Amino acid sequence: MNRSEILKTVNEVFIDILDDESLVLTEETSANDVEDWDSLNHIQIVVAVEKQFKIRFTSQEILSWKTVGEMISSISSKLN
Amino acid sequence: MKTLSQLKKNLKNSFSDLKPVKVALLGDSATQLLSVSLRGAGFDLGFDLQIWEADFNQIERQVFDPASELYEFKPEIVILFQSSHKLLQKYNKLNPEACDTLADQQLELITSLDTAISAGLNCRIIYYNYTEINDSVFGSYANKTSSSFLFQTRKLNYELMRYAASQPGFFICDLSAIQNQFGKATLFHPSVYISTDMVLSIDILPQVAAGTTALIAAMYGKIKKCLVFDLDNTIWGGIIGDDGLAHIQLGSLGIGKAFTEFQYWLKKLKNRGIILAVCSKNTESVAKEAFEKHPDMILKPEDIATFTANWENKVDNLRKIQNTLNIGFDSMVFLDDSPFERNMVREHIPDLTIPELPEDPADYLEYLYSLNLFETASFTNEDAERTKHYQTAAKRITEQQSFVNENDFLKSLNMVSVTESFNNFNIPRIAQLSQRSNQFNLRTIRYTEAALEKLIYSPGTFTFSFTLEDKFGDNGLICAVILEKESVDTLFIDTWLMSCRVLKRGMENFVLNTLINFAKAKGFKYLKGEYLPTAKNQIVKDHYKNLGFFEKDAYWIADVNTYKTKDIFINYK
Repeated sequence: MNRSEILKTVNEVFIDILDDESLVLTEETSANDVEDWDSLNHIQIVVAVEKQFKIRFTSQEILSWKTVGEMISSISSKLN
Repeated sequence: MKTLSQLKKNLKNSFSDLKPVKVALLGDSATQLLSVSLRGAGFDLGFDLQIWEADFNQIERQVFDPASELYEFKPEIVILFQSSHKLLQKYNKLNPEACDTLADQQLELITSLDTAISAGLNCRIIYYNYTEINDSVFGSYANKTSSSFLFQTRKLNYELMRYAASQPGFFICDLSAIQNQFGKATLFHPSVYISTDMVLSIDILPQVAAGTTALIAAMYGKIKKCLVFDLDNTIWGGIIGDDGLAHIQLGSLGIGKAFTEFQYWLKKLKNRGIILAVCSKNTESVAKEAFEKHPDMILKPEDIATFTANWENKVDNLRKIQNTLNIGFDSMVFLDDSPFERNMVREHIPDLTIPELPEDPADYLEYLYSLNLFETASFTNEDAERTKHYQTAAKRITEQQSFVNENDFLKSLNMVSVTESFNNFNIPRIAQLSQRSNQFNLRTIRYTEAALEKLIYSPGTFTFSFTLEDKFGDNGLICAVILEKESVDTLFIDTWLMSCRVLKRGMENFVLNTLINFAKAKGFKYLKGEYLPTAKNQIVKDHYKNLGFFEKDAYWIADVNTYKTKDIFINYK
């Protein structure tokens, strides 16, 4: 799975959790750019992404991402 | 079971028609998502849980400071969530020689929290017990070592049960049982815990919310009172009409074992106070013969409150059963192995709870355990006697049909009533009636045991409880009235509630005579009543009017001195 495919899937997870059909993510998107992406929703997104890709993040990773791109890097490193 | 996301979507609905309940949530871990889950799960049960969440890790400050936001909020329910992880941190800091005092210390803290909250608030407390963390320092030898964390955790959970058993307003939500059912790997998500201090995983939150809100719903009278079940392939294997009495499957062999164990479960429910009723497509004599003669039947004829076996459709039969028992469909559960029957009944009686029994009878019990259908907030001696009450009610109906004149019938019943004020012996039952009575309840004010105890010593408050016994049996305590002195000449009827099982027996007249005599003796001139309508108390809409009260400014007044004593067929015992 390449980065753009991962982004597409991650985008779907965000739409589902944040209940916002219009949401379009890029690798540069950060929590500041998405209104509902607060710490509570973050943890739900993390768990939903873990389920979607059948992976587990480390607690370090969960705390470290500043952008969607960094999350995708974590996912990508676990898938490949 | 809904997911957290689905529960969250509930929050967008309108809560305006739902029953509001103020809930305070205090935890020593991050509880924001628990709060969201509780509100979402409450919606599905018809509650508007108005949750105030204490700031993180503020339990002691909120509880021990009488001027805190907790007391200002005046919740009806306080949920305390002290996690095993925080308990483990406490344990880790103890000197090795003090490790075996952890449970006692913690219980002492919980007791003082409970005492402080109960002194400052008129509320119930829900406390999550402790999930087990096996730190594997001793291996299985922990069970032989009182200073091990596992030993202390289990001891604490046991002591909590003992404590809860002695405190009517203190309830345990069994988080430990949830972990046992779903496993620690599901309940606890370590990376989420480390990064957010949440000790409950996203996946388990709906389960915990379901357990908690079921308890809250039970506290407010939303409980199942009756279980109606089919016979063939539901409580025994095979079809008795085709296979014959000797060939139905029951007992210790093969699939018979599943049905026998299932019947034991039904019997335990009956002993707990759930009314059992049969609704089956069968020839009545054939079906009854099994209850009377089959040696492996666990359920006996006397366990069944009402027995319906015929060839009419189940929807009509269920309506008849509901009519006989005089309880709402929303407090009934229907078990049937046939998906066709289930769907047909579901379509016509949407309020009835109809579990999707698994295809394999071996799975019945585990499936039904997981639904937690029979949550309750009380258990009294009355409960164990309930089936008998409904059976005598059925007998009474049969006898009534032989009398032309209703008064003659009532006279023949030889009814007697014990009338007394509230006291420590009758308060548990009165509290239960107060929580459960929906139909014959003029103002539907719910009282807890603790609140009722306060009434005993409250000047200007007068309490009455009534039992009713007749030649068929003792109905137990079936009516409670609370009068408040409103002015020098007026007594206000704050509460008048009655169990529907004694309707049409002249009990209302007997109670009113008692109240009038009391008011007269105390020098009051008026009794003042009020009817507050709810979705369920239509039957008492004209209660005061029928008793001869006159209407004044939306209240109902009876003049004590011109009141004409009503004819009754009940004597004081």
